[in-house]
Amino acid sequence: MNVRNRIFSVGLALSMLAAGASTLPAQAQSTPAATAAASSASGNFEVFHWWAGAEAPAISALLDVFSKQYPGIKITNSAVAGGAGVNAHAVLKTRMLGGQPPDSFQVHAGWELIGTYAIANTLEPLDDLYKSEGWMDKFPKSLLDLMSYNGHIWSVPLTIHRANLLWYIPANLAKWGITPPKTWDEFLTTCATLKAKDPTVAPLAIGATFLQVQLFENILLATLGPKDYVNLFQGNLKWTDDKVKAAFTMYSKVLNQCVNADYASLGDWVPAAEMVVSGKAAFHLDGDWAAGQFSTNDKLAPKTGFGWALTPGTDGVFDFLSDAFELPKGAPDRDNALLWLKTVGSVAGSDAMNPLKGSISPRLDSDLSKYSVYSQSAAADFKTAIIVPSLEHGAAAPEAFTTPFTDLLTAFNTSGDVDSVTAAAEQLAEQTTPKALASATMAATMAATTTK
Amino acid sequence: MRMSRDRRIAVLMITPSIILLAIFVYGFIGQTIATSLSDWGTDPNKPALMPGVLINFVGLKNYQDLFTGLLNARFRGDLVNTVFFTALFLAVCLGLGLLLAIMLDQNTRGEGIFRTVFLFPMALSFVVTATVWRWLFQPNGGFNVLPTMLGLDKLNFGWFTDRTTFISFTWQQMFLFVALLILMAMAYFAVTRWQGRRRTAAVYFLIGLGLLGGVVLTAALGLPASVRNERHGLNVAIIAIVIAAAWQMSGYTMAMYLAGLRGIPEELREAARVDGCTEWQVYRYVVLPLMQPITLSAAIILGHISLKIFDLVFVMGGGSNQQIDMPSVNMYLTTFQGNNFALGSAIAVIMLIMVALIIIPYLITQLRGETQL
Repeated sequence: MNVRNRIFSVGLALSMLAAGASTLPAQAQSTPAATAAASSASGNFEVFHWWAGAEAPAISALLDVFSKQYPGIKITNSAVAGGAGVNAHAVLKTRMLGGQPPDSFQVHAGWELIGTYAIANTLEPLDDLYKSEGWMDKFPKSLLDLMSYNGHIWSVPLTIHRANLLWYIPANLAKWGITPPKTWDEFLTTCATLKAKDPTVAPLAIGATFLQVQLFENILLATLGPKDYVNLFQGNLKWTDDKVKAAFTMYSKVLNQCVNADYASLGDWVPAAEMVVSGKAAFHLDGDWAAGQFSTNDKLAPKTGFGWALTPGTDGVFDFLSDAFELPKGAPDRDNALLWLKTVGSVAGSDAMNPLKGSISPRLDSDLSKYSVYSQSAAADFKTAIIVPSLEHGAAAPEAFTTPFTDLLTAFNTSGDVDSVTAAAEQLAEQTTPKALASATMAATMAATTTK
Repeated sequence: MRMSRDRRIAVLMITPSIILLAIFVYGFIGQTIATSLSDWGTDPNKPALMPGVLINFVGLKNYQDLFTGLLNARFRGDLVNTVFFTALFLAVCLGLGLLLAIMLDQNTRGEGIFRTVFLFPMALSFVVTATVWRWLFQPNGGFNVLPTMLGLDKLNFGWFTDRTTFISFTWQQMFLFVALLILMAMAYFAVTRWQGRRRTAAVYFLIGLGLLGGVVLTAALGLPASVRNERHGLNVAIIAIVIAAAWQMSGYTMAMYLAGLRGIPEELREAARVDGCTEWQVYRYVVLPLMQPITLSAAIILGHISLKIFDLVFVMGGGSNQQIDMPSVNMYLTTFQGNNFALGSAIAVIMLIMVALIIIPYLITQLRGETQL
């Protein structure tokens, strides 16, 4: 009864707010008076994310847009560095458990959002914001489905990244006489060819643990195909299946025959990407955040200076992850957080951040002329390709699965024992995936996969 | 009257710290133990971060999972790593520290400079040490390219990225070996007590011996087939961590030994020399035996650092290099990345027990010594 009351009052507050807010955007476009009303917002606002280092300029651009819109709001920019948010997660969870949430925080859409935060009842639903801003048809339905649980939408997407890409320097490939392979078997042949020509060059450069998992994820996707890949995470295909075992075997071969020897000691993806630029490696498997590094930091021109190809065997597939922001329950500056979410979801905000970060906008009406050559091709693919959720980046499986799975995979790097790793992964999947929820979240993905 | 007033002031002065300790140390230890006996985060149908999530008591299930569960091979590897790391780290630090101290004790010229140089690494944080040594140990840089400056070939040692093991054994053998060690220790105590005419104590030890032996043997034989033959060993990569840690801490050991050496009255050495001792014999029979209490203190301080080590390993291995992984890193990732709060707490409690095994006997002997004085 108490709980019901609380939900009712939250709902009431939300609808009242929505009623007040719904008039704003329409006026904001037409009358300067309304703009003044919006920008008179004041107080504090704390945003929590893990974009530091190479990705910092991108978030700064978005924060600039926000602070120009609302100059009265004092922004606290809480960034906790670390690829894929390892350390940020720890800080954030401690704060959430301690009842001190930030006003809005970065999270990966999919399981990380739903499984960790939404079903834990720590977020406010954003349906009314979507309605008042008219966002329901501005984002792809398949994406909104991945952010929905229990009939509500729980976050505002900011970026779309693609995780099935190989990066290279075209001039170097021409020098070595190789081309991006189309299958993983072909990839092994290419490795052998390259090693015969120049044993000091690593055919494939990866670093950081998350790229090891991402490499496995790409091989898994290529071996199973998009349908069975989704089936696997939905529990319809067992990890002990022969096709999954084949993926592990291939991963082991690629790791031992192609990957740079020091992959375990590179703390992040940037040194691995730089190996490709300096000619110490041929390919770099990474998401499209690498595009930003190549063009912004290395000053290379897309297509001529640096090139990209889909990872072998993933033609027509978009292995996606999305960064999103949400409204935690008990946010100290709730009104300002809602203003922030409006900026995040707007064309202006999205197009300020994404071109710098190397990602594409989740909005269907973004201004593609602002984007790089790479991003324009990715945006075109996003509309036509089969979209599958990334394992490493929190979209395909709950964190309770992903973290121990990373352990299993890194142990497998050494042991190479396919039977024991698949048996353990199957047990892990059964132990960590709540059945009812798995089908609910994944059904949305399946729908997205099959309709394309 | 005066006594009681003193007493009252003493009690008053000590109360705040007792209250703070009770809450922030022992209270939270208690809470961690309670969490480790629960299912917080282990049940996927109950989201870990839900406010007021229903947490059930599950007894020792998490501990059982850690030692026998198929999915917790990483934890078992961590335990083995910790044992080897601690043993090597102690040996190197104590050996090197003693050597440096003895060398400085020879009235070396510029002793102050050397002392500062050797002590300096201790001023750094382990994070800095780890970053520096990670660069030095890069397989394609640092030490490995040193020989190329002399026109030699590049070394191909993997350092902390090496994936080979020296000594290899199964998890069951490890179990039996540890059991054997404990039983031998108890047997030793029983025999000494019996000879020392403290027969009741000896009987208690013998009964405990039998009970513990039974429990451990059943546990070892009852290990599930899936983990019985799991291979663990002394990872070559550990050596890199030992070098980095010893580089930082052996200066500290040196300082402790140096203080000890300076505390030995010159008369003792003179007397030995008058009795016809060579300089080697002076050290072997006079100086080193007097260093024993210092060795014990240093071993305890270093031991509890190495059992809890986190920053060095986390920065060097990025949290995923299982060849050099330690329980603390595993605890951090299990808890805050995997949301498995109960299992993470269980790892924390096991770490606490390991440190307690070292510290408590030390404290007891120290306290006994004081009351006897």
